[in-house]
Amino acid sequence: MDTLELTKKEKTATATENISGSVAVLRALIAENVETIFGYPGGAIMPIYDALYDYHDKLKHILVRHEQGAIHAAQGFARVSGRTGVVFATSGPGATNLVTGLADAMIDSTPVVCITGQVFAHLLGTDAFQETDVINITTPVTKWNYQVTDANEIPHVLAKAFYIAGSGRPGPVVIDITKNAQLQLFEFKGYEKCEHIRSYRPKPIVRKEYIEKAAQLINEAERPFVIFGQGVILGKAEKEFQKFIEKSGIPAAWTIMGMSAIPTDHPLGVGMLGMHGNYGPNVLTNECDVLIAVGMRFDDRVTGRLDKYAKQAKVIHLDIDPAEIDKNVKTTVSVWGDCKETLPLLTELVEQKVYPQWLQKFKDCMEKEEVKCIKPELTPNNEVLTMGEVIDILNRLTKGEAVIVTDVGQHQMVACRYAKYNNSKSNITSGGLGTMGYALPAAIGAYYGAPDRPIIAIIGDGGMQMTIQELGTIMQFKPNVNIIILNNNFLGMVRQWQELFHQHRYSFVDIQSPDFVQVAKGYGIEGRSVCKRDELKNALSEMLNSKDSYLVEVMVGKENNVFPMVPQGRGVAEIVLGKDEV
Amino acid sequence: MTKQEYTITVYTENQIGLLNRIAIIFSRRKINVESLNTSPSEVDSVHRFTIVINETEDVVRKLCRQIEKQVEVLKAYYNTNEEIVWQELALYKVPTDIIAEEVKVERLLRQYGAKAVVIRKDYTVFEVAGHREETDTLIKVLEPYGLIEFVRSARVAIIKNSDGFHKKLKSFEYKEPGEEVVENEYLSENEKVFSM
Repeated sequence: MDTLELTKKEKTATATENISGSVAVLRALIAENVETIFGYPGGAIMPIYDALYDYHDKLKHILVRHEQGAIHAAQGFARVSGRTGVVFATSGPGATNLVTGLADAMIDSTPVVCITGQVFAHLLGTDAFQETDVINITTPVTKWNYQVTDANEIPHVLAKAFYIAGSGRPGPVVIDITKNAQLQLFEFKGYEKCEHIRSYRPKPIVRKEYIEKAAQLINEAERPFVIFGQGVILGKAEKEFQKFIEKSGIPAAWTIMGMSAIPTDHPLGVGMLGMHGNYGPNVLTNECDVLIAVGMRFDDRVTGRLDKYAKQAKVIHLDIDPAEIDKNVKTTVSVWGDCKETLPLLTELVEQKVYPQWLQKFKDCMEKEEVKCIKPELTPNNEVLTMGEVIDILNRLTKGEAVIVTDVGQHQMVACRYAKYNNSKSNITSGGLGTMGYALPAAIGAYYGAPDRPIIAIIGDGGMQMTIQELGTIMQFKPNVNIIILNNNFLGMVRQWQELFHQHRYSFVDIQSPDFVQVAKGYGIEGRSVCKRDELKNALSEMLNSKDSYLVEVMVGKENNVFPMVPQGRGVAEIVLGKDEV
Repeated sequence: MTKQEYTITVYTENQIGLLNRIAIIFSRRKINVESLNTSPSEVDSVHRFTIVINETEDVVRKLCRQIEKQVEVLKAYYNTNEEIVWQELALYKVPTDIIAEEVKVERLLRQYGAKAVVIRKDYTVFEVAGHREETDTLIKVLEPYGLIEFVRSARVAIIKNSDGFHKKLKSFEYKEPGEEVVENEYLSENEKVFSM
């Protein structure tokens, strides 16, 4: 059958033409509906950039200031749009600068295709100028990678790259193209999208017997609890998920990556899981009788100590990646498959129910958290500004419609704890890898992925200085990015740990910052610094109303801590609400 | 769970770089690979890896899933020694003059099923195929007679109750797999799904 199909294709193929490998790369991108490329040129990728010169009306290229910025931008783009982000970088240092972003995209399942230039094929292995073994460096941090040394391979390999990056559990792909292949003229027979690779099974087969078994467990449960992750968003299964919890009446908590899959004010949404998540979802994980995990991977920041995690519960795990099942938490019933397909099947079999008493327990927990953590954070009784009140004002100003891109650290936890979202794909953050410096470039990318939505980057004073050069990208290409720096003059999260677990020994956490407003001005970006409460709302409104990018630095309390917290090495039920409990 | 020897059989596409992709799955977890062999398989164009490690079943199962997750891997199986037939090949180089003089050696070699591959004036190379203990024993036996060189191959193994890969490969070639493709046989076999 395959051979029949092939000959048919050959016959129908019309006039072929001779084009260069570089042009084939760009044609492939256009065929994949790519509009924006984030990149940085260099010696080994010059033929592709030369070809791009003639394609600039079809392909927008955003020249970043560092390749790490390019890949984080592509990630931000992908996360906010659900499409695959595309990166160009040159060989050697250009490619190695992508590694952090690749690792980030790998652990957070973000679809990205990176095209790297490589030295001429005959120079491979000779320690040529800017030669590095990109394939082997990136193997552990890519879903797939491939080196092209012959232009004839380009259409097929790029089709495979996009198919692999975006299907199943998404992930980053690196295609390393030697310079000779970029220059080589070859007979281009057209571009065909890839839809099947025999050794690659993006979705496991849905097996109905397990769905039936899962439904039975759910129907017999007295205190069922749903925890969900980014799988719901990646599977574009937000509606299916909402229907499932609404019919079954089961309270649901999100992981940091699953956040915004359902509106944060959904009556069954009980908050965030994990180390700095909400009190109820953590404590009650150890009181539920059936735990239903949807598109999440039981990260250690979610589970705390595994031998004290949900030991009383029967566990149902829905995941598209068979390798995640039973990896960290042993399941009672595993439902393999794309949750877009499995959730409706499950919803059909579960009984319509409500659990008022069980839900009340979450509310009781929330009240406790409200008194000890939330109130002091959002309405502090002294003059010191908190990170939480900044988020609180943002919520009121944006009414939950903004895309919030966070960096890594205390501000990230506070933003994720307090931000309100109405729409999916609104919370963009480096969850698994915890990459400081992620937010600014990711916010730039998010703008190109959702140009009509307000993009707000929330960054700490430490993370801002890791990719501050991307202000130059904003200066040149003018994406509208709202930048909020929550400055506590410390590497806050490390300082918090040093205070709580290292006897106040503040070892190299007192980081100095430049005058961020002046720096922004240097890049032609307006901004202001705020240290008083009564200026805060005004400054944030000004930022949001500005047509151009705008930077607000908020000087927040130096030694504020994020609570609740599940201290490392403890179980989720041992979550503490304040310093006195640590 | 106790550690024991497991043989992992991986059917893959023949692709440069895949060996590394598979190898780092072990090294990342600081797991020692006892032996690794790559070869063609019963199916043209499909490659076969045979990997031996000493681990608990839980770890081996997870490793197999990580291996199977790789784009160019078709299938990964793991088996205990009871479930496979396996051989390793060993070569021994010994001085010909001693061998010729010592009648005892000849008897020993016969006892271990050794075969002379090369006989030269200065040295003779023997070959033995067998399990680790068998090839190990012959080293000890030959040492007193001036063993010049010794080398042993990786393990190659046949799974006793496998039907081979021809049928399975067909199902992989369809875009929508039929019900006959069970994604992981071990789940249904060992009641791993419904147990706590």
